Amino acid sequence: MSQSVFAHAVLTPEAPVPPGLVDPLGRPAPRRFDVYRNNVAVSLVAALEEGFPVVRQLVGEAFFAAMALVFLRAHPPQGPVLSGYGAAFPTFLEQFPPVAHLGYLPDMARLELLLRDSYHAADAVPVAADALAALPVAALLASRTLLAPSLRLLPSRWPVQAIWCAHHDGSADAPMQAGDVVVLRAEFDPRPHLLPAGGLAVIKGLQAGLTLEAALDAAPGTDLAGVLTLLLGARAIVEVRR
Amino acid sequence: MLDSHRQNLPLAPGVGYKPQHFADIMDDPGPVRWLEVHAENYMGAGGRPLAQLRALAERFAISVHGVGLSIGGEGPLDAAHLERLKALCAWLHPASFSEHLAWSTHDGAFLNDLLPLPYTQATLGRVCDHIDQVQEVLGRQMLLENPSTYLGFAEATLEEVAFLTAVARRTGCGLLLDVNNVFVSAVNQGFDPATYLRQFPLELVGEIHLGGHAGDEGDHGMPLLIDTHGTQVADPVWDLFAQTVAQDGARPTLIEWDNDVPDWPVLRAEAGRAALVLATAGAQVMA
Repeated sequence: MSQSVFAHAVLTPEAPVPPGLVDPLGRPAPRRFDVYRNNVAVSLVAALEEGFPVVRQLVGEAFFAAMALVFLRAHPPQGPVLSGYGAAFPTFLEQFPPVAHLGYLPDMARLELLLRDSYHAADAVPVAADALAALPVAALLASRTLLAPSLRLLPSRWPVQAIWCAHHDGSADAPMQAGDVVVLRAEFDPRPHLLPAGGLAVIKGLQAGLTLEAALDAAPGTDLAGVLTLLLGARAIVEVRR
Repeated sequence: MLDSHRQNLPLAPGVGYKPQHFADIMDDPGPVRWLEVHAENYMGAGGRPLAQLRALAERFAISVHGVGLSIGGEGPLDAAHLERLKALCAWLHPASFSEHLAWSTHDGAFLNDLLPLPYTQATLGRVCDHIDQVQEVLGRQMLLENPSTYLGFAEATLEEVAFLTAVARRTGCGLLLDVNNVFVSAVNQGFDPATYLRQFPLELVGEIHLGGHAGDEGDHGMPLLIDTHGTQVADPVWDLFAQTVAQDGARPTLIEWDNDVPDWPVLRAEAGRAALVLATAGAQVMA
């Protein structure tokens, strides 16, 4: 019996049990095959539950488990490193009619993917908290900054950062403000932060190697001090090159 | 140049490492002298997983246990994954590297379970080719673990012990003997576990696994055990372990507890029980 028949049947509950699988007396063994079906489904649902805890809270545990089954059968993992599993989940959510009314849900899934990605990203030693304060403004604007490899950006028109904080921390203090998000990992635990208008473009410019001044030109009027304070506070600036 | 069969894990209990136990293990490891990690959880570029592993490796011998290489797969091994394993081993220098006699990937889809193989000459050739490739890329000997199985294949022509022995002889790999898997498979497949263990080539075993299982019911009213790793090691498994150890089978022994993971003292106590069995065997050898 080929593994393609086995693999198809294990992912497809309505498919017949492959022939040639037997119990100790040589009889067909559908319940034994169901152990493998169950292991595959349960373990991959668990991987998605672990990877998307806030999406799960938002839709409820039972609904999430049912939805995860639909997803994993259409999108099984493409490799054995499950920390990256679910890259197709945001797009799946955009096209899954039962959650069409939850417009922010795909962006929440994107945010949870970025948080996981940041969690496993390379370490870096940050500059001192006062590294920028020592620079004259002209020198500061002419400098280029190297940002932490764990920094991630999410463009969004939904208040996903506030919703994430409310569910992750269990507090509803954050104002429900929509906007782009930057994920920063001060030590080991990444967190999302709301960016001021233009902040995403400025950080992209810095990542591309622009000077602060050139990055600001791409998004005039951005609260540059606010962005730099945020980056410094979360130890996300690794180097300042003059 | 491959390492020796028994490699460098201490002849003592180890546990499957769970991040929630990090502080407790560093503070009070009890009899635990080594830790086993699932390779696929440590393939990122940095962050807490690698920082914890680095700290643990300074105090404990580490065994890297792969759960995703799909050595029994019909298709070629995932070359990118093999390179990730190589990079992890090059960074960590683990005392042991092991994988399973099973498959989990087909046509690019990873099914996240250790799926069964028909023991035939064709399967034997394929598994040996893959193990040759693993040992060549990693530049070291690997251990191959006997699986827990829930069903049989009408096409099978070899017994599991004969199959594993042939793989080890042909490739030079060592074996990882999971005593719980032997018990689970024995109940599910209707063979005698003590006979299986008497036939098992203990001289090729570099490591022993012990774990918990759960009971279920299979087809036609027959019992079916499920390898859950979600509870304490069952008494019949302890008995089989003791018999194996008494038969010159004392080896580095791991307690696996992957689901419904208990607080550290419970896991430490299981390791203590394994330590007692190993010590008893040592006393018998001395006497």
